Amino acid sequence: MANDHIDLTVEPGEVHALLGENGAGKSTLMNQLYGLLQPDEGEILVDGEARTFRSPRDAIAAGIGMVHQHFMLVPVFTVAENIALGSERTRLGFLDRRRARREVLEVSERYGLPCDPDALVENLPVGAQQRVEIVKALTRDVDLLILDEPTAVLTPQETEELLTVMRGLCAAGKSIVFITHKLKEVKAIADRITVIRRGQTVGTATPDTPEDELAALMVGRAVSLEVAKEPAEPGREVLSITGLVVDDDRGVRAVDGVDLTVRAGEVLGIAGVQGNGQTELVEAVMGLRPVRTGSIQVDNEDLTAMSTKQILRSGVGYVPEDRSLDGVVKEFTVAENLVLDQYDREPYGNALRLDSAAVGTKARELVDEFDIRASSTGTAVGTLSGGNQQKVVVAREMSRPLRLFIASQPTRGVDVGSIEFIHGRIVRERDVGTAVLVVSSELDEVVGLADRIAVMYRGKVLAIVPPDTPRDKLGLLMAGITGDAPAAPVFEAGDSPASADEGTE
Amino acid sequence: MTTEEKAAPPAEEKREDSFLSHFLHNLWAANTVTVTVLSIVLAMIIGAVLIIVSDENVLNTFSYFTARPSDALTASWDIVSNAYADLFKGAILDPAAISAAADGSGTWKQVFFPISETLTYAAPLVFTGLSVALAFRGGLFNIGGQGQAIMGTVLAGVAGFALPLPPVIHLIAALLAGAIGGALWGFVPGILKARTGAHEVIVCIMLNYTANLFLGWLILQKGVQQEGRSDAISETVKGSAQLPSFGGELRANLGIVLAVLATAGVAWLLNRSAFGFELRAVGANSHAARTAGISVAKTYTLLMVVAGALAGLGGATQVLGTAYALTPAVAGNIGFDGLLVALLGRNRPWGTLWAALLFGALRAGGNRMQSFSGISLELVTVLQALIVIFIAAPALVKAIFHLRAARAARLGTSIAKGW
Amino acid sequence: MTGVSTATVERPETSAAAPFWDRQRRLGVGVVVIGLLAVVLFGALAPSETARFTLSDDAEGAAFSINGQLGAILFGVIALAAGGVLLAGLWRRFQTSMLSLGILAFVLSFLCWQVAGKFLPLVDTVSGTLELAVPLILGALAGVLGERSGVINVAIEGQFLMGAFFAALVGTMATSVWAGLFSAAVGGVIIAGILAVLAIRYLVDQTVVGIVLNLLALGVTGFLYERLMQPNAQSYNQPPKMPEWRIPGLADIPVVGPVLFDTNLLVWLALILVFVVHFALTRTRWGLRTRAVGEHPTAADTVGIRVRGLRYLNVLLGGLIAGAGGAYFTLVATGSFNKNMTAGAGFIALAALIFGRWTPFGALGAALFFGFAQKLATYLSAVGSPVPSQFLNMLPYLATIVAVAGLVGRVRAPAADGQPYVKS
Repeated sequence: MANDHIDLTVEPGEVHALLGENGAGKSTLMNQLYGLLQPDEGEILVDGEARTFRSPRDAIAAGIGMVHQHFMLVPVFTVAENIALGSERTRLGFLDRRRARREVLEVSERYGLPCDPDALVENLPVGAQQRVEIVKALTRDVDLLILDEPTAVLTPQETEELLTVMRGLCAAGKSIVFITHKLKEVKAIADRITVIRRGQTVGTATPDTPEDELAALMVGRAVSLEVAKEPAEPGREVLSITGLVVDDDRGVRAVDGVDLTVRAGEVLGIAGVQGNGQTELVEAVMGLRPVRTGSIQVDNEDLTAMSTKQILRSGVGYVPEDRSLDGVVKEFTVAENLVLDQYDREPYGNALRLDSAAVGTKARELVDEFDIRASSTGTAVGTLSGGNQQKVVVAREMSRPLRLFIASQPTRGVDVGSIEFIHGRIVRERDVGTAVLVVSSELDEVVGLADRIAVMYRGKVLAIVPPDTPRDKLGLLMAGITGDAPAAPVFEAGDSPASADEGTE
Repeated sequence: MTTEEKAAPPAEEKREDSFLSHFLHNLWAANTVTVTVLSIVLAMIIGAVLIIVSDENVLNTFSYFTARPSDALTASWDIVSNAYADLFKGAILDPAAISAAADGSGTWKQVFFPISETLTYAAPLVFTGLSVALAFRGGLFNIGGQGQAIMGTVLAGVAGFALPLPPVIHLIAALLAGAIGGALWGFVPGILKARTGAHEVIVCIMLNYTANLFLGWLILQKGVQQEGRSDAISETVKGSAQLPSFGGELRANLGIVLAVLATAGVAWLLNRSAFGFELRAVGANSHAARTAGISVAKTYTLLMVVAGALAGLGGATQVLGTAYALTPAVAGNIGFDGLLVALLGRNRPWGTLWAALLFGALRAGGNRMQSFSGISLELVTVLQALIVIFIAAPALVKAIFHLRAARAARLGTSIAKGW
Repeated sequence: MTGVSTATVERPETSAAAPFWDRQRRLGVGVVVIGLLAVVLFGALAPSETARFTLSDDAEGAAFSINGQLGAILFGVIALAAGGVLLAGLWRRFQTSMLSLGILAFVLSFLCWQVAGKFLPLVDTVSGTLELAVPLILGALAGVLGERSGVINVAIEGQFLMGAFFAALVGTMATSVWAGLFSAAVGGVIIAGILAVLAIRYLVDQTVVGIVLNLLALGVTGFLYERLMQPNAQSYNQPPKMPEWRIPGLADIPVVGPVLFDTNLLVWLALILVFVVHFALTRTRWGLRTRAVGEHPTAADTVGIRVRGLRYLNVLLGGLIAGAGGAYFTLVATGSFNKNMTAGAGFIALAALIFGRWTPFGALGAALFFGFAQKLATYLSAVGSPVPSQFLNMLPYLATIVAVAGLVGRVRAPAADGQPYVKS
């Protein structure tokens, strides 16, 4: 059961924040409100009238619109086609394309949301796709707009702009449900706050509630937002990247001349908005993506000529950013996942055969050591919670002697308890003298873990700064603004390297 | 963790205590065995309906059904029960043959004839079924078993009549040639999938028909076509390359023994070998496998080569064990039947073996049904297709029989995916 | 929603800066190779005799004539030139035209070699091509409908067989070709219905269902054929043949007239349906929704489109069309049903669908190409050509492999093709 007797009331013209950590049931609740899922019990009142939503069609008719966390846009359609879809107007049986375009332009002008109706969605950067989603909802004359984690893919500046748009919508009499787990944004925009934990409403709050109080409410106990660690004692240079150039899947330059070094015993954090080349950088290091030019060396060994298997064997540990896609094989058991990159080495087996007894022994050891909550090592990993799945990946990668440990988004979609555990292990890995590279789009995480922070923007490292750099300066760097010189505008359609596929897959 | 471990043992004891009740409890639940059995029952019921509606005499009795329903019911019962009885007698055991052998008017060979036929038909299906099952576990849908089997028959057949080799060695060489033929035909979709991402299903379908046309052309070439014949038939496989059989009317041959060995081999490969681990990982999540350093391209290619070789061996068994000469239809439908067999066996090696035996039995019994009851052999194809349809949609069987929901006996079709 | 293999995944070679060996140059290499083949091989083998292409059904009447050897070399040189243009990276705007010219010249060169000393009746060739293409067009259109909405249809073969069987059975019993055509469509819908229920409702792998349904159709029609039709052909298996209608005036246009305006209803139906499906897909509400459901069903669901309902509708409509395509075999081609008479035509239709990149006009082009290859194969074996007809018959299959392997451009299936829609 994802939700257990939740009550929520939204007044006209207010921004109501729904706060809760990953997996608390926020999205489930909203999908019920939007008619995608049917509640087992309880009722939905719109303007005091009880309504049942059997499908999104009913919800839309009742004036409810939703911008999903993963954008609901057809990549190969134009903006106008996407917006018209579902409420198409026809003339003599044929689609009235002219009218669809006009409608898009009207709405985008009225609410200050620039949109090119003829652009193909797959060519738009994520920020622009999000505007399309909002315009899509607005053309349907919604009174209540649900925004599900809308800022996850935005730069701090884009987030600021979004908050402005939200205020404008409220001024126009619309109500907004703002789903998030980011406390700062909640305090900046919300009129009222409902906190959800494990599918239950655990409290309501006002924006002037202090942050740590909100955090405690959200998690259910007092949490330290800081990562405890000693000052680093950096040693030799382990990873050195020079002049690295890498393309993304579409052949567009993603990493554009990056130089980086990571020393033994330090954590280098890479901050930046998702889609600025971090993914491709790490994949290139791991041999998962071809290198155009440049070199990648670990202890003076060239990685660019090695296969992924050889790189892993040479003492590199890797936690990929997309756990369910790249991290674990869900159908495999916990034990099998724990040797996914070791199965053909002694003692687990050789090039020909496997030794399942040895695999089982090692698995039981790791399950204990990493506090993986599974009924047995023979359980399919897919049945575990996100946090425990992530711990399986981390355990696997830390189960052998490492020279370099790379973690991409190590705590995405993970509960707070597991976050604390994983952060602790990363720091411990640093302390035994491993070079650690952490990539995260959560600024808090980078600041908490890193001994040095490299900020990436459009495939380049803009600056390497100490972790005590002021937040607003980091925010500006993430938006591509260095020093006082104004950089390129961030809000133009089509100019950001942000992968457009990200939101829709 | 610890608390759960403590909680587990009592549950275990309880289950052992009431094994019988547990068994009864599960009997009507939609588990694998129940669904399989009910699928067969359902298919036979539909088959019975087809038999009745296609018989004019029986249909005539239905024209006065309201007046004398007993006529229609008796006629229907007679024709259906005779047909299915013949199916059984042709596949497993004919009581008449036993009594004949007992009183000396028949031979014991006749008693074993049905079983021998079943095993004969099953042998190639085991190979093609294993081919599909293995590929399935690696995330590839090897629909090209037919083409691979055809190429297997071609190379094995040609090696069988063209190579001047001593016995035993000749047989091994011919089998090997068959495996190579299939492997070659499996290599193409494998390498294309690995290198270009071309969907294996599309490539396989196209290669099936290409192989068929190639066979049709080859048979008519000089040196291949049997001398003195104008129709499409090749030279006969030499005795030294034929799979040894019991002789006489007992056609069962070494093929079925090889098939069982192959099943054991595939089972070992899947569950105990490093390559098996790789292919299962790639099959379940190729992205995670690649991230963990497994070469997906290499796995796909090798997997299709092995799967092709298995199907090729199926073709070789056919031409070296029963047909002894290439004809345009020498491979019959063993490739596509292998697909059904693998699905029925739920893509597990031993399951595939049992499924192949069932299909072999249906085919053997179908022959007798055709000659004794006059029911077309095509009914067997219908039964086979229906069984697999019901197996593939356990929810459908569950709904028909109002089974309790249990551990869903889902088919290994979780790789449902696009082109 | 994840891991849709649109086949571009493991291709690292693409890059922003166009490499020298881009698509045009690679195509150029191919065309130059076939051009050389034509000049050297066909030119050398072709006898120096006149090749006549008559504008009629037989050897009579006006004709284009050319010396076979000269023609083979001449057209070979044209193909070579087209390849050269592509290879040099010139005239990029006319890339497709140059490619088509190269292939056309190659085919003509081949024909000059084969026809030298003989004659090729053009009307017969073109109308034969079209007739062979008719079931392929209808089958491929059925595929377009299903697959553009996200349901893979490999059961076209089964729908053909059912259609052909029902057309013969009902056509004979009702002694009406129209009743036959109508029930053929119903036969197709029966198979499509089972496919739809199993794929959409019971979430069975769509390729698996398709293959099994082909076998089921093969079994059921074969069984009933042997039990009913064979013993009593007169009352069950002698349907009237579809009449040919001649449109006065238009039918007198050379070549085109007799091909297009003196023919049967199914030919027109197929051609008209290509236009109808194309415009419906691109210009109507149904089309927009169908494409949305095939590309991103969840997005369609969130704007209130009934994903499963639309998929049912499209698969059933496809069954209707493929079933009618099956009627071609019994009501037009042979005049009676026979066991497994479609012999893989459904799979050629599938190939046409893929080769035609899941579009109606693409499917039409591919079907005509495949039809031509088949017709040519028949012609060649009739005139005793040394080129085995089997190899020409392989052409559709090999061409499709080349197409999906991306050796000549890349084909991309609808993103959600084959994926059952389950609300999460």
